[in-house]
Amino acid sequence: MGGDLRLTAITKRFGAIAANDNINLTVREGSIHGLLGENGAGKSTLMNILSGLYQPDSGEISLAGEQIQIESPADAIRHGIGMIHQHFMLVKQLTVVENIILGQSKQSGLNKAASRLRLNLKEQSDAIAQLGKTYGLEVPPMALVSTLPVGIQQRVEILKVLCRQARILILDEPTAVLSPTEIQSFLTVLKQLAARNHTIIFISHKLDEIMDVCSEVTILRRGQVVASVPTNRTNRAELAQLMVDRAVEINTQSSPQPVGDVVLDIRDLWVNAEHRQVAALRGLSLQIRAGEIFGIAGVDGNGQRELADAIAHLLPIQKGTIEIISPASTKTKPKSVAYIPEDRQKQGLILSFSIARNLVLKAFSKLPFCRRWILDNKKITAHAKQAIDAFDIRASSPLLKAGQLSGGNQQKIILARELAGEPALIIAMQPTRGLDIGATAAVQQSLRSQRAKGAAILYISTELEDVMAMSDRLGVIYRGQLVDVLDPNAATLERIGLLMAGQSSSSSPQNYPSETLQESANEPAGKPA
Amino acid sequence: MSPPVNPPERKLQQNPSRSLTYRLMHQSKTALRAAYPPMLAVLAALLVGAMLMLVAGASPIAAYSALFRQALTTYFGFADTLAKTTPLLLASLGVLVALRAGQFNLGAEGQLYMGGLGSLLVGLALPGWPVWIHLPLALLGGFGFGAAWGAIAGYLKVARGLNEVLTTLLLNYVAQYLISYFVNGPLKAENAPSPFSELVAVSARLPTILPKTQAHAGIFLGLAIAILLTVAFAITPWGYRVDAVGQNPIAARYAGISTNRTILSVMAISGGLAGLAGSSEVLGLKRRLFENFSPGYGFDALAIALLSRGNPAAVILTSFFFGAIRSGASVMQRNASVPVSIIYAIQGLIVLFVAISLTLDTQSRVSLFSAKSTKEQQT
Amino acid sequence: MTPIDFISDFLSACLRLSVPLAFAALGGLISERSGVLNIGLEGMILTGAFAGAATAIALDQVWPAVGVALVAGAMVGLLHAYLCVSLGVNQLVSGLAINLTAAGLTTYGARLLFETGTVALPAIAPLNIPGFQQLPIVGVFFQQDPLFYLLLLLLPLTTYALFHTHWGLSLRAVGNAPRAADTAGVSVSRVRYCSVIFCGGLCGLAGAYLTLVHVGFFTENMSAGKGFIALAALIFGRWHPVATTLACLLFGTTEALQLRIQAYGLDIPYQLLAMLPYLTALAALAGLAGKATPPAALGIPYTKEKQ
Repeated sequence: MGGDLRLTAITKRFGAIAANDNINLTVREGSIHGLLGENGAGKSTLMNILSGLYQPDSGEISLAGEQIQIESPADAIRHGIGMIHQHFMLVKQLTVVENIILGQSKQSGLNKAASRLRLNLKEQSDAIAQLGKTYGLEVPPMALVSTLPVGIQQRVEILKVLCRQARILILDEPTAVLSPTEIQSFLTVLKQLAARNHTIIFISHKLDEIMDVCSEVTILRRGQVVASVPTNRTNRAELAQLMVDRAVEINTQSSPQPVGDVVLDIRDLWVNAEHRQVAALRGLSLQIRAGEIFGIAGVDGNGQRELADAIAHLLPIQKGTIEIISPASTKTKPKSVAYIPEDRQKQGLILSFSIARNLVLKAFSKLPFCRRWILDNKKITAHAKQAIDAFDIRASSPLLKAGQLSGGNQQKIILARELAGEPALIIAMQPTRGLDIGATAAVQQSLRSQRAKGAAILYISTELEDVMAMSDRLGVIYRGQLVDVLDPNAATLERIGLLMAGQSSSSSPQNYPSETLQESANEPAGKPA
Repeated sequence: MSPPVNPPERKLQQNPSRSLTYRLMHQSKTALRAAYPPMLAVLAALLVGAMLMLVAGASPIAAYSALFRQALTTYFGFADTLAKTTPLLLASLGVLVALRAGQFNLGAEGQLYMGGLGSLLVGLALPGWPVWIHLPLALLGGFGFGAAWGAIAGYLKVARGLNEVLTTLLLNYVAQYLISYFVNGPLKAENAPSPFSELVAVSARLPTILPKTQAHAGIFLGLAIAILLTVAFAITPWGYRVDAVGQNPIAARYAGISTNRTILSVMAISGGLAGLAGSSEVLGLKRRLFENFSPGYGFDALAIALLSRGNPAAVILTSFFFGAIRSGASVMQRNASVPVSIIYAIQGLIVLFVAISLTLDTQSRVSLFSAKSTKEQQT
Repeated sequence: MTPIDFISDFLSACLRLSVPLAFAALGGLISERSGVLNIGLEGMILTGAFAGAATAIALDQVWPAVGVALVAGAMVGLLHAYLCVSLGVNQLVSGLAINLTAAGLTTYGARLLFETGTVALPAIAPLNIPGFQQLPIVGVFFQQDPLFYLLLLLLPLTTYALFHTHWGLSLRAVGNAPRAADTAGVSVSRVRYCSVIFCGGLCGLAGAYLTLVHVGFFTENMSAGKGFIALAALIFGRWHPVATTLACLLFGTTEALQLRIQAYGLDIPYQLLAMLPYLTALAALAGLAGKATPPAALGIPYTKEKQ
């Protein structure tokens, strides 16, 4: 175990698409190696190959000069490779200790039979608590994973691989789900691990973090390695350019304009999480006026989803009011709410339906698409052709299935459908997530032009830069409440970061002490007192 | 984890001249592919059936030829095939409607029994009424009773979150005992030697279409409904809504479609159509209600709907095939000494092989059963 | 008949009617805990019943028959596992196919083997436990057949295995989050194969119990929805072995009650009584009102490489 990790000419195809194309990569023992690339550059695929989830079509992997085969996650573990996935690989219904010892019976050579027949949770949990203390990764071993905040869940993930004596840790976008303070302590842990001669592969598209912790960085673009450089011989601008193959211009300026009447008025809103008796929104109030974009920043899972769903009448309101007031100019038309949901494939589209049929998902039973109980397929197709042109959807025919398109084009279908008929209110939930730069710009442009036409827009994103660039006013959500509303041009990243972590700027930073971890689970059920 | 560059459509754009031929080829290919696996499944099942016959020491060739010759080429056999196709067709259409909305209605058998009861009650109640009122009312009675039975499962699903599979299965037993109770008790014909009801009024009977046989006009009802459903799924908002809920209930809900109402109504319609299968048995074939009058048509219906891949037009052919098997079975037993029950095994095997064939063709697996199997994709 | 005799008698009937349900439900529980929906319990019971009956006739011995029933059930489990785990067939459809095929094949087989209609089978003799069997009322627990004692043994064993062994931990993990289990080095397909085959074996025992202990002969479709009631029991028991077994006892008691009422000739049509177990199962499920959370990955095929 240990030693340098070398990948030679790794290729992996999914259908006609080469997700990894002839990748060569060397990671030195005890270093933190950055893997940088846009969404879809092939980072995750490459790491799934290393961790045994995928098999490469060709190429070799060697560890300390010896060629190795990784045919399953168990193989990877045997070779001391541990992966921390972007979406945590934890069984939420089990406890921390159960998650950590899961699948480990084979490793404990001695007392093999005995250990299979007895879990011995008490002893194991003591060992885990001890290990956690050593690495600064304190966790409550007997707590159910589903009750823990994401930052702690991530610690469990790291402990899981450390318990398996992993020498090489692969971390896939580990900071995406963390608040800025959590990120700081997390990066410290990484440095500690490297100091103990663990090898770390750190996957990210955040340049700051890469420059901060990595000694070397490899940049992937469209499945290929474009460069591999030590971080002390490069800079952020160069990395950005390598990553996207064109100069990045970060467009932060919003064009403020006169705002109109209040369109969305939310007062003291309490909403439960879906299928659960736990309040996800706890007395949230906000107003959005015509012609403004109200951004919501916050760490994932602080009530954003419930807020959007409640406005769209998809979740029942426990207490409080949501009022949508159509501006006077559009009084003649029924007020409409556009909703761009978070997960376009599951919530936004019917992938097995054609583009044309997806475009009328909301209006199919109304004129002009439906006349006297009959759908007018000609009108539906003609409408699709228009939308394809107007929104630059790259598809050869409106009869192609939505599932055959790329993510950006799928999002454009949703935009075309939702923005049809000039909605008074638009709820946009993570509308640019997973899109390439071109598609992101197209989405943002569409929303800005709707603002110019007087729409009120609620823009929810966990990407701080994204939401700051788009918003006219910015609210920070934490545990179901808006903790502050700021002017994005005046506020600093640091201040917003602190608010996202639940601290007003005056109080001192805090970690999650293990005693309060289960707080969220013990919250009073549903209704406010 | 989306692939870096995508897409078939970009390729098409680069080669505009190829796109039309590509599409045509693609379409004919998918049409072929859709028909091919079910055929294969049926063949495989017949083959295994043949082996079972060999085990029993009978000749499969003699058995199958006796079966199909009887069912398709003799006057009475063909009439019997039509008579058996009728309830199968109606019940299968019911199961199919539910399947299109992503619901597994395994309660067609029970709904069929309830439909028979409903039609009998109306058929007994209004003697002397003109046919053109009485017969439609009797059919409506069957539809209504079946729909109510189906709606129970639908209600339990949308209001209580109970999976329809188990509830519809359990309701089958309840329905069967209920009918048994009625024909042994309150509805038992006077001096009847065994449990059956009085004859329905002449004005409520479905007329015979081939003289001196059991083939009755119920088959036309089935054909009409099959055509109606084909059209409904192609060009009505109702069909669109059902398909949307069946393919992606979450997206449908986000777009403002009430999935609960759709599921409830679809389960009711599904039950109603299965109920009509019972009506056709009572009003067309037996003219009265018997205990255990269905030899498992409701379960065949599921096999037929699956085999037809959710296509109402295909159900017509498939039902006819299943009807023929049932119709020729007794002659097969007489001439080739193979027990009738072999056909039940063959039908089960057809479903088994259809299930396997569905995996050969991911396209149809996605379109028929997408709601659940894609749930975990991108985690 | 003294009241005590009556109670003992009734209790005994309850147990006899609950045992096959409990075997099947425990099997189904293991299968579903691993994430494989198993509507095919019914067909597996029927297969076990037929295989047991056929062997008992051929050899005129009961224990080999029980063994064959177990293996036959397990083979059907293997088929279900192959279809669901390796081929990724829709698990509902696979289970239904198994039910229909088993019903057809056993009926066909019965026609071939038992031409004369029902044939009485050698029965498994009860195993009386001296000293305890004389006790009033509770004595019935000690004059049951060996399969009953096997069930009593199986119950604490499965409960312990499920919650206190690595094997059970893997099972629960695979049923809730197969990808997480996979990345932790647990072979999802192996766990699912083992669970479903185990389930088939238990259903085979349930079938053997029906033919060799309870009824004494084989008739077509003699499982009569027991597999479905077992499924209802395991949902009602919230996928916990003890609660599931208690639910089986409830449904078995309902059945015993209706038989008893029939036997006493009360003026209630038997059909209305006969539907009681099914109605009870429905009512139990409806009363539960979605409070039971099934294993999160139940019914979803697991494929390693998915984009």
